[in-house]
Amino acid sequence: MLVAFLRAETAKVGLRRAVVGLSGGVDSAVALALAAEAFGPERVLAVHTPYRTSSPASLEDARAVADRCGVELRVMPITAQIDAYRELVGEEMQRVRLGNKMARERKSIEFDLAWPDGAVIGTSNKTELLLGYGTWFGDMASSLNPVGDLYKTQLRELAVLLGIPERVVKKPPTAELWLGQTDEEELGFTYAQADLILYFLVDRRARPEELLAAGFGAVLVGRIREMVRKSHFKRVTPLIAKVSLRTIGHDFLYPRDWEADR
Amino acid sequence: MSVRIAVAQCAPALGAFKRNLDLHLATIERAREAGAQVVVFPELSLTGYYVKDLATDLACAPDDAALAPLAKAANGIDVVAGFVERSPDARIHIASGYWSGGAVRHVHRKVYPPTYGIFDDARYFARGERFDVFPSALGPAGIAICEDAWHMSTPYLYAVRGAHVLLYVAASPGRGVSEGGDLGTAESCRLMDAFYAQYLTMYVVFVNRVGHEDGIAFWGGSEVVAPDGTVVARAKEFEEDLLVAEIDPLLAARERARNPLLRDERHDLVLRHLAERVGMPRGLKEVLD
Repeated sequence: MLVAFLRAETAKVGLRRAVVGLSGGVDSAVALALAAEAFGPERVLAVHTPYRTSSPASLEDARAVADRCGVELRVMPITAQIDAYRELVGEEMQRVRLGNKMARERKSIEFDLAWPDGAVIGTSNKTELLLGYGTWFGDMASSLNPVGDLYKTQLRELAVLLGIPERVVKKPPTAELWLGQTDEEELGFTYAQADLILYFLVDRRARPEELLAAGFGAVLVGRIREMVRKSHFKRVTPLIAKVSLRTIGHDFLYPRDWEADR
Repeated sequence: MSVRIAVAQCAPALGAFKRNLDLHLATIERAREAGAQVVVFPELSLTGYYVKDLATDLACAPDDAALAPLAKAANGIDVVAGFVERSPDARIHIASGYWSGGAVRHVHRKVYPPTYGIFDDARYFARGERFDVFPSALGPAGIAICEDAWHMSTPYLYAVRGAHVLLYVAASPGRGVSEGGDLGTAESCRLMDAFYAQYLTMYVVFVNRVGHEDGIAFWGGSEVVAPDGTVVARAKEFEEDLLVAEIDPLLAARERARNPLLRDERHDLVLRHLAERVGMPRGLKEVLD
């Protein structure tokens, strides 16, 4: 289903290749495996974009995944441009701000390498997208995303099925925004906890009271709901101020897959 | 004395009418070569499903010149195809037509355009108002367009009005993978097909499309189920297919002799209860009493 999605939705807009930002983590590993199956490994490019503080183990993992998928891996460090920019800014950049800048730098490279006939494959999973745990127009950006309706827990299961190396599936998820950072430590809860709560709230349309009655902690449920609410702007296209009789996004509603006739 | 039917499980292009018309003409020829007397296309097969604002651009009357090549091809083989209909009073409908002998013979307008979840039909389309049985090469038939079939009154009304065949044309999006086993939608559709066929003792011809539109995958799995509940033929999932099956127009009659549920149906009771629910029309009470 996901492979067919990648094939059909790229063919319609004339894209024939794929670029995947391969971090060394499980999400991008799954995205790469799906892209390799959909386009053929020779038409997929994996790109690893380390900063000087990035872990060499991540590069090793990225290489192992690329080899496993038979895909070419390009390593394009972002240290030079990030450091040049930091110097330009002059002041100390707070670590989340710096992480956002790096995420957008990486995505900028992926879109450049995809030009003119390639798709940038999204790697954000449903958990991250719902929590807004990602950089707007950074790692959240893509041409299309085959894994965005799969929770982290489901993605790990899919990764095992796809033969992604166990080390990659099992290691603690990290955005490597700073040294030693892990997602679960920063979030203050585990993906397993978040996925269960989100699954009931979103997929099963349970009300928070029902979750509390089922034994979920009120603080955690409240916190997760609030993360979803606050980050909703990241999941929709930017607002357009309506002034005319017909406005893009408001009442000019055409399908994205509007196809040419003959 | 069976009638051969071809089910065109295809992937129409969204908003590309001429391309889809070509697809229809080519598929009709393939069905003809396969010896089919009827070929059935899915919902909105000439336009694609999620047309949104394109609906008004694509809409036409059933006898519009744009559909003339389809009508012309419907010679020696009957054709069921989906299109966006513009009614004489300029309402836009999701419609399925039955073409035979070079002309359109029947049009069904979707009565239940779903508007919830991933569906937004009623924003763009008016509702149909009728369930009419019409004579087809397969025997008396009724058309249900996708959501129509999920309302059990639809096949019921057709059966009551004498249909032996339910042509259930769909653009059914595949979803519900996390529920375990097969796709949730596939399980629901198969349950409906088998249930309606067996308990209304009629053929159910389920014609679903495949392909993708705006990230949504249509799952295929078209099938023909006989009045005794047996699956005569079933198409692949997610792939284009031209499913050919034999329909025995006398099987419904034989099955109804064995299992006379429809004969024993108390229409008067149904009518009385419905009248109590929606209000008794003038004169109906006298008829029922």
